[in-house]
Amino acid sequence: MAENHPVAFQWVMEAREKGAQVIHVDPRFTRTSAVANIWTPVRAGSDILLLGALVNYVLTTESDFREYIVHYTNAPVILREDFKDTEDLDGIFSGWDPEKKAYDPQTWIYEGVHSNIGDVPGSDKGPDGGHATHGVNAATDLNDYHVDPTLQHSRCVYQVLRRHYVRYTPEMVEKYCGVSKDAFLHLAKAYCEASGPDKTGAICYAVGWTQHSSGVQIIRTAAILQLLLGNIGRPGGGVMALRGHASIQGSTDIPTLFDILPGYLNMPKLGPASASLDKYIEVNKPETGWWNNFDKYIVSLLKAYYGDAATPQNEFGFHWLPRITGDHSHQGYLLEMMDGKMEGLFVMGQNPAVAGPNSGIERRALGKLKWLVVREMVESETAAFWYDSPEVHRGELLPEEIGTEVFLMPAAGHAEKEGTFTNTERLLQWREKAVDPPDDVRSENWFIYHLSRRLKEKAARDARSRNSGLRALTMDYPLEGKHQEPNAEAILQEINGWTVADRKLVSGFPALKADGSTACGCWIYSGVFPNPGENRANQRAPKDSYAHGWGFAWPSDRRIIYNRASARPDGKPWSERKKLVWWDDADKKWTGLDVPDFTATKAPDYKPPKGAKGDAALAGDKPFILHADGMGWIWVPVGLADGPLPAHYEPFESPVRNPMYPRTQSNPVALKKEREGTEYAASPDERFPFVLTTYRITEHHTAGGMSRTLSHLAELQPELFCEISVELAAKLGIQPGEWVTVATPRGEIEAHALVTPRIQALSIGGKIVHQVGLPFHWGYSGLVKGDIANDLVAISEEPNVRIMEAKGLLCNVKRGRRSPDDKIKDMRDSRMENRA
Amino acid sequence: MSLTAFLTDTTLCIGCKACEVACKEWNEVPDDGMIWSGLSYDNTKSLGSSTWRHVMFLEQPLAAGPQAVDTKDPFRWLFLSDVCKHCANAGCLEACPTGSIVRTEFGSVFVQPDVCNGCGYCVVSCPFGVVDKRPDDGRAFKCTFCYDRQRAGLVPACAKACPTESIRFGKLDELRERARNRVGELRHRGFKDANIYDPTESSVGGVHAFFVILGQPEAYNFPPAPEVPTIHLKSAWTSALVSAIILFAAVCAAFAFSAVR
Repeated sequence: MAENHPVAFQWVMEAREKGAQVIHVDPRFTRTSAVANIWTPVRAGSDILLLGALVNYVLTTESDFREYIVHYTNAPVILREDFKDTEDLDGIFSGWDPEKKAYDPQTWIYEGVHSNIGDVPGSDKGPDGGHATHGVNAATDLNDYHVDPTLQHSRCVYQVLRRHYVRYTPEMVEKYCGVSKDAFLHLAKAYCEASGPDKTGAICYAVGWTQHSSGVQIIRTAAILQLLLGNIGRPGGGVMALRGHASIQGSTDIPTLFDILPGYLNMPKLGPASASLDKYIEVNKPETGWWNNFDKYIVSLLKAYYGDAATPQNEFGFHWLPRITGDHSHQGYLLEMMDGKMEGLFVMGQNPAVAGPNSGIERRALGKLKWLVVREMVESETAAFWYDSPEVHRGELLPEEIGTEVFLMPAAGHAEKEGTFTNTERLLQWREKAVDPPDDVRSENWFIYHLSRRLKEKAARDARSRNSGLRALTMDYPLEGKHQEPNAEAILQEINGWTVADRKLVSGFPALKADGSTACGCWIYSGVFPNPGENRANQRAPKDSYAHGWGFAWPSDRRIIYNRASARPDGKPWSERKKLVWWDDADKKWTGLDVPDFTATKAPDYKPPKGAKGDAALAGDKPFILHADGMGWIWVPVGLADGPLPAHYEPFESPVRNPMYPRTQSNPVALKKEREGTEYAASPDERFPFVLTTYRITEHHTAGGMSRTLSHLAELQPELFCEISVELAAKLGIQPGEWVTVATPRGEIEAHALVTPRIQALSIGGKIVHQVGLPFHWGYSGLVKGDIANDLVAISEEPNVRIMEAKGLLCNVKRGRRSPDDKIKDMRDSRMENRA
Repeated sequence: MSLTAFLTDTTLCIGCKACEVACKEWNEVPDDGMIWSGLSYDNTKSLGSSTWRHVMFLEQPLAAGPQAVDTKDPFRWLFLSDVCKHCANAGCLEACPTGSIVRTEFGSVFVQPDVCNGCGYCVVSCPFGVVDKRPDDGRAFKCTFCYDRQRAGLVPACAKACPTESIRFGKLDELRERARNRVGELRHRGFKDANIYDPTESSVGGVHAFFVILGQPEAYNFPPAPEVPTIHLKSAWTSALVSAIILFAAVCAAFAFSAVR
């Protein structure tokens, strides 16, 4: 966190100075480790084993926060008799279809609950995963479960969880994570002590957890741990996703992702489940819980998109929305691009020629496009691929043969445009424009607006029905200045929403309707602009310790989400020290230091009447209102593609066989996407004996476009290096600072050897395993250049969110430089001549 | 104007180098070369004409107080942002023949670039090795203590940018007291080798930039007993005078001797 989020880390330092214990687990000893109270190394890719052992520790020592989990989580819920665990089936759960390589989650649903999974003709029978799993295959009466509050029933979640993790022991952690038993027990004890009415603990993670073939399940294990310890919905608790760069949270909320629409609404799929708006709503709208409002949000979104053209008669323009027809994730479209199935690509604020998995394939695939638009502040590697990539220098790509027409459009920097950033805490903060962008440089708003305007003008002259959606699209923001810049506050007002009849801004999402009388660009952001002139993202007067009055936190300025859990089931705070919101018995409403994330007048002892719908179907002690059952999900009954509980699988490339489930080596649902050029090493593989992990360092920003081009940052880390342990350097005869070549089955790159005790050789499964660290910031453009670490990464897909595995791979390290590009070219040329 | 100072605390530093970058941005200092050093994460290597704040990275086989690390041998990684000490008796200022180096109302030592003639006397006179001549320019440069910002009532750029308040800027006396309290607190927390680096006893007569460190000053390239070269002036002149007298006497004696012959 100190490495990549030094500004946010100031609060961790402040907490440490006040006595908080900072625990850091990382394959390398980083700048975070340097200031932590406890650091332990870990074998990259063994996270679920470690976290599962922590869960096991909590359960065996009975350190769980019993009253919290009995009332607020699904720990007491009883599961079906026909559910079989990974313990029973050697690494897979019941419902596995070996042919489809997918699960039927029917047996994962609570006992006694009728499930409509698969009832929608044409919808996938299996769980989807994806970025919006709340309503997918919504089991209609998930709320109708049985519980055992004593947690003794052998099929209650608590007991199933206990059995599931019983073999995740400190001994296994020592043997396969490389964390000594003593260190593990010290860490476990320290963390469990931060739990209870008076204490909380937070878990922070970044892509070190995400970029694995079981990334979602790693984070799930952390969530289970936090629920068991009562660390969700309370001050100082939570699972904090430290995002990769500014406003990545914002670009998930108002997504740049293929499978969701703004506010985590599912993108419709081609097929019967999205045949009509009614059908789509039926599939996505659960009977109970807050998502029962789904129809209001999608209809309001369609009204924002299509304005007056969206009518009940044309299903509010639902048919104009594009449909998902396959895997349109980055990895998915990359391979389609490689196969020549894509004509054009817009690249904005991204540099796939350096940042994409197996970047060599990315660069080759760019050459298969007809056109490529790169909007950047500098000429990035992606824009220069056609004349300056290693492939060109090696003679593998010839500029004269590349048909891609590349448009490089100059983009404004963040100080040259206004708008909002949404940070990790869901806080929207308005940012002023400091200076006008120079020359032809324009903002994204300007670019998208004027591109849309021109396309709409074209569509207006082209009567084909395929253009009707484009013609209907509203693009009516006020324009300002000599460049006709769309007004950013007007865009935020559209996101906030208004009543259609009078364009009066709505005060928040409770005002949204499903009848087309309201428009709203993103329901979770609603309330950010409740009145003309009242841009709450631009508030700058914090008035309490939760900084209400500074910016606007979605939803409804709630600073800590699910904060009903900060009070006891009876509505009183767990403790004076950790009080946040509570039930005011006199006023008969929820009140406190934060905006309650709960229906304000729903009493703690509220019991829903039979047949109640929506939020009213959830009892007064059910804080997790976005779930159909209102509970924190230790067990995930619907929504995940790879199981209701996290199980330890090895990465696709591992130095060991899976010690937990010998017959299931890696995540059975994750995709290898293996093809020529993106092959995998075996597990283990004597050609590639070392574990490789990639990462970022403080001095650079992701693919380097904003840091390798600035001298004051470039000089701080001017060249690619690879971090290796003193032991590995001795074994390979590598002197500090000399060149080494790092190779995977995908390629090889050269780097300086940074030999350091900050990387330790680990004893794994009875043998010594060396780990190699490689930052990925360098490329062939900018002031400082270097080989591209992502050339070594495979194009795999985690099954839920489809991210590649870049944090746990296998590699080889050799002394000396790789063959220079021109030599590779000569060798190839002479081979070709010989063949001729 | 009251005297101001920096207190830089290694136990709060996270090695982010924001101070280095903020300093260069504000003061329009050029880069210091794009050369990878291989010295931990340090590639600017030392203070110099184009690096006025410098973050050191020390990898040591010692424990960082009560920190628990799961390694075979003890290990700690320390960061410290070094800067010009702005000595009360500044060697550079005393050596400067042009009057380019002056003392400001804040007690800091300031090089006026428009007066500097590049003689380099200050470079060899600095007991900390801070002042340095820029090769392509010839003049001497070092930390200005953000004189311009201080004049405008602003905190120096490095202290402003520091996210963890490892660099504190404030009144000299208050920061001295804060440093003492901090070391006491750190020792109480188990950092037994916490120390203040603030050479008040030596001939530099106290500094305007002092440090909370772990271990001994030598590890940070801090001279344990820095001396202003001018303290040797008296003895140097004395011995020169004595030599001159002896020489004069010898010459006179030689003439007298030859006259007698």
